[in-house]
Amino acid sequence: MNSIIEINDLDLYYGEFHALKGVNMEIPEKAITAFIGPSGCGKSTLLRTFNRMNDMIAGTRIEGKVEIAGTDIYSGDVDVETLRKRVGMVFQQPNPFPKSIYDNVAYGPRLHGITDRKKLDEIVETSLRSAALWNEVKDHLKRSAGSISGGQQQRLCIARALAVEPDILLMDEATSALDPISTLKIEELAQELKDRYTIVMVTHNMHQAARVSQQTVFFLNGEVVEYSETEKLFSNPTDQRTEDYISGRFG
Amino acid sequence: MMVKRLEFDHGLEEMTELLVEMGRRVEKALVESMDALKNSNVEKAKKIVGADHELNLLEEKIAEIGAKLIATQQPVAKDLRRILIAFKISSDLERMGDLSVDIAKSVIRLDGQELFKPLIDLPRMSEIVAVMIRESLQSYVDENVDLAYKSAKDDDQVDALYSQIIREMFSFMVENPKMVSQAMLLSFVGRYIERIADHATNIAESVVYLMTGKRPDLNQ
Repeated sequence: MNSIIEINDLDLYYGEFHALKGVNMEIPEKAITAFIGPSGCGKSTLLRTFNRMNDMIAGTRIEGKVEIAGTDIYSGDVDVETLRKRVGMVFQQPNPFPKSIYDNVAYGPRLHGITDRKKLDEIVETSLRSAALWNEVKDHLKRSAGSISGGQQQRLCIARALAVEPDILLMDEATSALDPISTLKIEELAQELKDRYTIVMVTHNMHQAARVSQQTVFFLNGEVVEYSETEKLFSNPTDQRTEDYISGRFG
Repeated sequence: MMVKRLEFDHGLEEMTELLVEMGRRVEKALVESMDALKNSNVEKAKKIVGADHELNLLEEKIAEIGAKLIATQQPVAKDLRRILIAFKISSDLERMGDLSVDIAKSVIRLDGQELFKPLIDLPRMSEIVAVMIRESLQSYVDENVDLAYKSAKDDDQVDALYSQIIREMFSFMVENPKMVSQAMLLSFVGRYIERIADHATNIAESVVYLMTGKRPDLNQ
């Protein structure tokens, strides 16, 4: 498997707090990689370095290198907007814009200069189909995004992220606010999307990581404790701390 | 911060206790069926046959607890292996119980006949196997891989004794055609004990799998 993200000797500080310590990792392309670990272990922080979301937090300092497809994303000449187009993100709480379903999906492409109605229609349909939402909303595209269910809203957010044709999709606890059926739909969707996109997910639900991902990384106190194939990590982890955590005996 | 999973740990302890109880009963069934054989005690043999269903109930109970723990506690890694091997060990013990019953049934078939010679090698075999049962289960309780390997190693002695018994029985049958039926039954008893030892070796294998995540083949 080719890697798309390469992290070398990454340290991240929030002011005095050393949030990530000497992280080295390669994330494979077109696969699902899950980050697990107790609260405050650094998993979301690392995820947010991939589209430079941490830049928005005052006092954040980064040492080391994060490369996406060979480009150092923290070098001076990287355009953050272009980066975020390539690296889409879905958050814990579905956050559709207070607009119609159609306008939510068309928002990104419009921002990037697409105005042709036919082209936008095509993008909206393709993105909603990719997010497994088209059949449920195709007759109500003008309806407010706030009027659909939480699970549908989260898939709408995925469609919105896909509309700008990213290479990587980051999911930050994207199902933790959803009911089990909606969660299952998102998990199935992630399985379908992984053939076309690289997905990195942070999850508190270890069984979700076990069900969905091909690679799992276990973090503790800002360090990577174990990174291996998901099947291996959940059946026979190498590090006792991983075993204790996944067995629910630590954390 | 370490966390106790009280309900889960309690379930695992209960399964371990039941397995130890199964092992105790299997060992008793083996020792008593051999005693019934030595003393041609048909009544004792019948009791052993009658008690076997209790072992089956214990196996069912273990399956029930394990299924509940998997469904409600979602175990992974070593916790999951612990339950998987409890299923396997209980199934091995249940088969060992059946084989002890087969020995008792041989005693019933002999129907008080005087044995053509005093039994020496069969009791030796069964004594080694009784130790294997005890040690393989102790290795499970203590999670002791060394003891599991030691217990599996004893199977070589059992196999050697079994080969010796079969050779002797063949020679005897050739020389004493009238005693073929008794010699055949005693050969079968040797086979039953040898099979019990194989299942004890399976238990040792399960313990190695629990501790290492790898499945060794100790039954070679």
